[in-house]
Amino acid sequence: MTIREIIKLLDATVCTGEGRLDEEVETAFASDLMSDVLTLKDTPMLVTGLCNIQTIRTCDMASLDIILVVRNKKVTEDMIELAEDDDMVILSCAYSMFKACGLLYQNGIKPLY
Amino acid sequence: MHQEYTVIEGDFVNAGKASSSVKKTLKQLNVDPGKVKRVVVALYEAEVNAIAHAYGGKVLVDIDSDKIRMVVADKGPGIPDIALAMQEGYSTARPEVRDMGFGAGMGLPNMQKNVDKLNVTSEVGVGTTVEMEVNF
Ligand SMILES: Nc1ncnc2c1ncn2[C@@H]1O[C@H](COP(=O)(O)OP(=O)(O)O)[C@@H](O)[C@H]1O
Ligand SMILES: [Mg+2]
Repeated sequence: MTIREIIKLLDATVCTGEGRLDEEVETAFASDLMSDVLTLKDTPMLVTGLCNIQTIRTCDMASLDIILVVRNKKVTEDMIELAEDDDMVILSCAYSMFKACGLLYQNGIKPLY
Repeated sequence: MHQEYTVIEGDFVNAGKASSSVKKTLKQLNVDPGKVKRVVVALYEAEVNAIAHAYGGKVLVDIDSDKIRMVVADKGPGIPDIALAMQEGYSTARPEVRDMGFGAGMGLPNMQKNVDKLNVTSEVGVGTTVEMEVNF
């Protein structure tokens, strides 16, 4: 799916990364545990309920650049600033982690493991 | 090339700044992206530990043509049993650390998995030094 299709599917908003919405997303990984994200060899979209500056730094270190924040957690200005430095996409949706992941899976987004 | 950074106790807002800057330097030097990732993942975990478990410290980085050497030296409570601390799942992290997405006892194991050489030395009541090397 493209990021644009994901936005529609999850009724999400774009916090940053408007220029990349036609890019394809093939895999996703859901976690609130940043040390776990740091073990990944691949670079899936991250689905997370952890919404602070460490979410962005972790993605930077792990070379992930598409983040979906669930449950309408507040994406702060300093998160957006840091994400812009690395040309990341941050989406935010109101759905729970369970619902967001369920819909993504149902629509063909693949897990890593 | 030598670089130095200071990390401050509890300063989660800046946790990862040193790693991020090292990442930029290595990218400019055209180091293989897979290696860069190994370096910065390990350094980031070490940086987070100095901020989360100790009273801050120094990050020293030396980059040569064939390897990078990183030392994270903190002043802090030290680690009484290093072998235990290295075990996956062992953590004494406070709730604030967990709120930041860390504290699952995966930091030292993540360092071990990503570097070619890891040496942890610690003195209780004084501090901890983590030395790491990645060959390019
Ligand atoms: N720099 C340090 N100073 C004091 N204790 C440390 C330090 N680094 C690690 N530790 C101890 O080792 C444990 C395991 O560390 P780590 O594997 O990074 O997991 P976590 O940080 O998630 O607890 C910590 O919970 C802490 O008890
Ligand atoms: Mg740790």
